[in-house]
Amino acid sequence: MTSDLAQYLVTGIALGSIYALVALGFVTVFSVTGAINFAQGEFVMLGAMIAAQLVRAGLPLPLAAVAAVAGAALVGALVHQLGLRQAVGRVSPLGLVMITIGAATAIRGLALLAWGTDPRTLPSFTPGPPLEAAGAVIDRQTVWIVITTAAVLGLVYLLFQRTAVGRALRACAADLVAARLVGIDARRMGLISLVLSGAVGAVGGVALAPITFASYDMGLMLGLKGFVAAVLGGMANAPGAVAGGLILGILEGFATPISSGYKDALAFLVLIGVMLVRPHGLFGGGIGLGRV
Amino acid sequence: MTQFRTLAVSAAVAALVLAACGGGTTATPTATAATQATTAPQATAAATVAVGAVYKVGAIFDATGPASSLGVPERDTVKMLETQVNAAGGIKGPDGLMHKIEVVFYDNQSQESQSVLVAKRLIEEDKVPVIIGPSQSGTTLAIVDTTQAAKIPLISAAASFKIVEPVTDRKWVFKTPQSDSLIMENALAYHKKVGHTKLAWLSVNNAFGDSGRSELQRLAPKYGITIVADERFGATDTNMTAQLTKIRSSGADCLQIWATPPAASTVTKNVADLGLKLPVYHSHGIGNQDFIDLAGASANSIIAPMGKLLVAASLPDSDPQKKTLTTYTEQYQKAYGKGPTTFGGHAWDAFNIALLAMQKAGNDPAKIRDEIEKIKNFVGITGVFDFSDKDHNGLDNRAVTMVTIDGGKWKNVP
Amino acid sequence: MTRRDLILLGAVAAAILVAPVFASGYVLGILVTTGLYGIATIGLVLLVGLAKQVSLGHAAFYGLGAYVSGLLGTRLGLHPLVTIPLAAAAAGAVAYLVGRPVLRLRGHYLAMATLGLGVVFQVILNEWVDVSRGPSGFSGIASIAVPIPGMTRDGRTLYVIWAVALAILALSLWLVRSRAGRALRAIGDSEIASELLGIGTATWKLRVFALSAAYAGIAGALYAHYVTFLSPQPFGFVFSLELLVMAVVGGIASVWGGMIGAFTIVVLTEVLRRSLPSSLPGASGELELVLFGAALIAMVVVWPTGLAGIAASIGARVTPRLRRALRPAHG
Repeated sequence: MTSDLAQYLVTGIALGSIYALVALGFVTVFSVTGAINFAQGEFVMLGAMIAAQLVRAGLPLPLAAVAAVAGAALVGALVHQLGLRQAVGRVSPLGLVMITIGAATAIRGLALLAWGTDPRTLPSFTPGPPLEAAGAVIDRQTVWIVITTAAVLGLVYLLFQRTAVGRALRACAADLVAARLVGIDARRMGLISLVLSGAVGAVGGVALAPITFASYDMGLMLGLKGFVAAVLGGMANAPGAVAGGLILGILEGFATPISSGYKDALAFLVLIGVMLVRPHGLFGGGIGLGRV
Repeated sequence: MTQFRTLAVSAAVAALVLAACGGGTTATPTATAATQATTAPQATAAATVAVGAVYKVGAIFDATGPASSLGVPERDTVKMLETQVNAAGGIKGPDGLMHKIEVVFYDNQSQESQSVLVAKRLIEEDKVPVIIGPSQSGTTLAIVDTTQAAKIPLISAAASFKIVEPVTDRKWVFKTPQSDSLIMENALAYHKKVGHTKLAWLSVNNAFGDSGRSELQRLAPKYGITIVADERFGATDTNMTAQLTKIRSSGADCLQIWATPPAASTVTKNVADLGLKLPVYHSHGIGNQDFIDLAGASANSIIAPMGKLLVAASLPDSDPQKKTLTTYTEQYQKAYGKGPTTFGGHAWDAFNIALLAMQKAGNDPAKIRDEIEKIKNFVGITGVFDFSDKDHNGLDNRAVTMVTIDGGKWKNVP
Repeated sequence: MTRRDLILLGAVAAAILVAPVFASGYVLGILVTTGLYGIATIGLVLLVGLAKQVSLGHAAFYGLGAYVSGLLGTRLGLHPLVTIPLAAAAAGAVAYLVGRPVLRLRGHYLAMATLGLGVVFQVILNEWVDVSRGPSGFSGIASIAVPIPGMTRDGRTLYVIWAVALAILALSLWLVRSRAGRALRAIGDSEIASELLGIGTATWKLRVFALSAAYAGIAGALYAHYVTFLSPQPFGFVFSLELLVMAVVGGIASVWGGMIGAFTIVVLTEVLRRSLPSSLPGASGELELVLFGAALIAMVVVWPTGLAGIAASIGARVTPRLRRALRPAHG
């Protein structure tokens, strides 16, 4: 029985670290542009699909992964240059959300055209039998996802805190008008944040494709869960987003044995309860859509 | 205006990038000489007959949205067949003339309200005398009233028995996939044969899993089987270990899963990772190569009831379907660079049934309906069809066989 | 409601009245769909435009209305005239219960709460099989077409749905000009200022949220009696987003925007489906998705105030000129 409990916890962490990676991408764009990027899930999909396609074409996995991250970052840049660039500051935050929904729809359509509906596989980073700890089994790729999440979180944190670009990004997040006054090119910062979130999303896609497989429509569900995790963590707070993802995953892991049919409902009910008690997310920061 | 130009140019660039990554998956079907089973309409090879008016066939498939993995192979199959039939000069109508076939395709985006709109459009604007599809039970049931009111025959590629029953209320509606009750009876009969009595159930929480679950609950007592665990997961869930952990301590002697890939593959991998020592059974939902590609070694030795398409090569030569199945497999492989799915097979059946009826009835909807009911012993992909005024599905036990996976290949269960 | 609103309402009503004479069942189907989405979108426009709140779960209210009306009709044999108001009441009541604790908080918690509500609602439809009949859905729902001899069912359904749609349009147009509307706009301008002026912001927001949910409930109930088949699949997160897209494309600053947005999106979908295969042989559903996404981005970038905003600014430029042009004629 205790081994069952341990297994539920491990399963929850496995789920949660995936949500955490997606949530990180949300936070990156939101904190700089104020837009909730509903195309974030599509970046994850692009990372997974491009990597799977290139590996199938014979490229070694590390090379395919780098290409996939670059590809998704490029698409992130396109989303900014074609839509958000013209709109930020001129269009309401809800309008910005609409632009990202349009981008998500278009990306999904292009992926469907290019790759069809068949799910693809990607090999595990280090194949082998699952690991065992405290009576619970955990597959090796899940360990890789946890490591990847930690590494991405660290890099994003360093970038924001320790570099000049990061300081400019944070300035935009804090006060767009003031940032412009001191000579920061807010549009360039917007571009950088989209490129960054494309890359972060794609890293997530490459890491989780060996477990969940890659398919053109995987982005929607991941985007939704990732968004919830980001809100739970306070929306503009990178470590908070990771914690939010883990909490959501662990909630699901333990809700499943209570009722596998109602597990998603249980997880969301707890979330709403938490929100009512801690309105600003569990770890402070802002929430929601800014001005409408 | 510059905004628009940037938009257009960059969208084109993006499309090119993606298309380049995609490789050759969008190849057009190549026409091949039609050498079908004797009952299939393509066999008409009389090019010297005079040419009559084009016959239209309406087609609604769920080509985008959640059911696109069903709708796309269905649409692609019908596109391939349309090219083949027309390359052979069309079909010979009751007037003795050769008629080319024009299929009018619409995508309903897997949505029920869109399904209603495109059905009205096919009936009133395109004036088709017969409609094939849609792909899902929901999108089909949404248009049953519309087609019945318009008196246009509908041949659905979706499975639910509610589509064609009671037949008195479904005069104009037919379907080609096996009903879930047929599949479930075969699964349970097999469980009984090998001595399982305590079954753990794990299904996807959509219409496919729900239909299997209600059939299980109805039929299990008849086969002396007790359901000791009843768990669900979402079609897009990424990890089912928690459900399996609960099943591990349920005392079951077999695990029956009812789902489609990729979730069906994920759960199969999870079973192997968790080291669950139960014989694993699946449904006909895993009936395509994707399942094996995704699940890898963990797919070996699972058992599932399904149609014969995937095990065509290992069927005895005496099997009436063998030639039809292998021909379809080869043609689809050649046209699209990958193997066919059972879903595409359902569309193959629907299209050919429509043509078969049109050979006798021309493009008169009421006569087409009457002719479909008269079709007997039609060798299709899903099975051998015997329609009647009491049976608008026309399949029996011959349409189901037990298959397993051995070394990454589909095999008949001996 | 201004005189121009009245004239526009009359024009729309006249167009709907004569539509069955000229239009095919397919075109009537497009108008019916527009009416259904329009009713729900007007509710969102009120919520977003006046209360400055966003709902990411309006599909759940739409679905709740559909299921309440469909189930009461098929199980208890109640008439749609009874079940549709009950559907509206049910959706409004659920919105009230969800909104009450959430709207007391300042900020955009309603977006998250409705997102959660949407997920919970889907799960209940899928799992509470004894009541909802599960993921496979159910058919046999009564049609609401009024009996008019010599007219097709499409035309008769159109009349019923647009009678409701026009009533809701009129009610909403009146509402935004009423005391309630002024109060709501005050909230939108400054929440703190309106508190100081003694307007109970939470109460007003709650009322407008419940009303907008009730609209969605009515639209859903009408949908159930139009399609006569229900399953959980249409009422998911994607549909909630689509309704929001309609509201933003139409323009959240005007009640008309809800109807214009619904019409634009429905027609755009059909035009893409029609023109693509003829202009690009071999093009199919996948390309529709791409172009739809691109069109959505272009519309928001080019017309950030929505199509109703464009219409209003053209109107504002044209009307004075028209008046000036007409003045001599009036003496």
